Amino acid sequence: MARTTKEERKNGIISAALELFSENGFYITTIPDIAKKVGMSVGNFYNYFSSKDILAKELIMYISEYLGKNIRAINESDISTQEKIEKIVSMYFDTAKERPEMIEYFLRVYLSNREVFKDGCEGMICVSPFITEMMIFFEKGVASGELHDQDFFSAFGLFMGYLGGMVFLYGEKILPEPLDDYKQSISENIYNALKTRT
Amino acid sequence: MHSKQEHKLKVFWLQGLTCNGNAHSFLNLDYLGELLEKTEFLQHPLLPSKYALSEMAECKTGCDVLIFEGAYDPSLKRAGVFVDKILRHYAKNAKYIIAVGTCASFGGIFKATSPQTNSGILFNEAEKNGPLQEYNAKIINLSGCPVHPEWLGFTLNMIIDRRKIVLDEEHRPQELYSSLVHHGCTRNEYFEWKVDANHFGEKEGCLFYKQGCRAPMTHGSCNTILWNGVNSKTRSGTPCFGCTESDFPRTNLFETKTNMSIPADAPVGVPKRAYLTVTGIAKTFHIKRLEEPLIDYKNNT
Repeated sequence: MARTTKEERKNGIISAALELFSENGFYITTIPDIAKKVGMSVGNFYNYFSSKDILAKELIMYISEYLGKNIRAINESDISTQEKIEKIVSMYFDTAKERPEMIEYFLRVYLSNREVFKDGCEGMICVSPFITEMMIFFEKGVASGELHDQDFFSAFGLFMGYLGGMVFLYGEKILPEPLDDYKQSISENIYNALKTRT
Repeated sequence: MHSKQEHKLKVFWLQGLTCNGNAHSFLNLDYLGELLEKTEFLQHPLLPSKYALSEMAECKTGCDVLIFEGAYDPSLKRAGVFVDKILRHYAKNAKYIIAVGTCASFGGIFKATSPQTNSGILFNEAEKNGPLQEYNAKIINLSGCPVHPEWLGFTLNMIIDRRKIVLDEEHRPQELYSSLVHHGCTRNEYFEWKVDANHFGEKEGCLFYKQGCRAPMTHGSCNTILWNGVNSKTRSGTPCFGCTESDFPRTNLFETKTNMSIPADAPVGVPKRAYLTVTGIAKTFHIKRLEEPLIDYKNNT
């Protein structure tokens, strides 16, 4: 059997930590818990991440890069802004279904435990890849004439707040229908709210 | 043996459609006296000249350097003669043709008023289809609204000294136009950390985000070769209007075109994605020193 590389071991820690943090919260989850879940000693864990705070910051950067990479592919595809909205909504919901720990971590740890992220993750530093792609999406949408011009955060809050809210309801098992059933109507709502007004 | 007088560079300054701004700007050259000892203006609209304009318009003589100021308009006459005829006569024999100012270089303000007929002498905005195509090799564009006097002084001295003048794609001397107006701007630290100026004339803050400053995308040396040796637009708190570029004049000179609060144009050579990333991160820092007035007048009077 091939030996696992250091990178693979690191990714294993990231996956396990994401699951534990998103299920149990940042403070209850301990390094021994994470080490146990990935089957390594606590001492070895510290070879990968020197503290729980540093791990927490790496996790949000990992999620931001994952989402940013996916949105970048959508941004660079030759489709209308309306179609891009559909693809971003779809990608976000698929992530919430397939890797719920990523969205949960963002909503339950990153947004709720700001004190953990205050040093080294100020403002946009750790979520930059994701925010940058959303900026590119909005800027191109306005430049092409499809979206109406407004303050970035007004548009960003509308878009991501809506998606985050739906995933939260989904996570709490409040939604009566499967998440996929909402993709189309949510995409339409977002597009209608942001499109150029005539 | 030739006398010194015979070695003077013979210059003819011809005007197309112009506000006289470049001719006036040239009078501010601090070594104008020394330059005039090495040149002889056959005709200049403001300086003492050997010939009257009407004599030059007879097209019976020639010049070493033809300076053309203002936009080219085929229907315009000077001293009763079509400027087109005068321009072509002197262009043919001149060693160099200098288009002074953005109107002569690209069409500028006068192109904006009459885009169907007016242009620069070699360029029509960014298109190289002006009337003097056949003299392409000897045309030097000194864009600017107006041209900086030092830029014209430098170019004439280079010609007098028989030095090679390396031009960019828009025929502007690289020595003068290779850098951006952004270079040498005293507000660069505010640009780097994204601290905006909120009012004109303030000593503090970057003019790029809110005031329409084009310095990061404008070629010119206004902030390294200062106006009158002391100042520049950005130093005094006025945004750069991008007056050396072929797309000048743009509309809404005091506004930065944005889409969703994001500048439509990124600085020259910077990919927008990278620019937004760097900007977003820089904005998270709050540097007290940069957010305070440089001079606290209220508490020191």
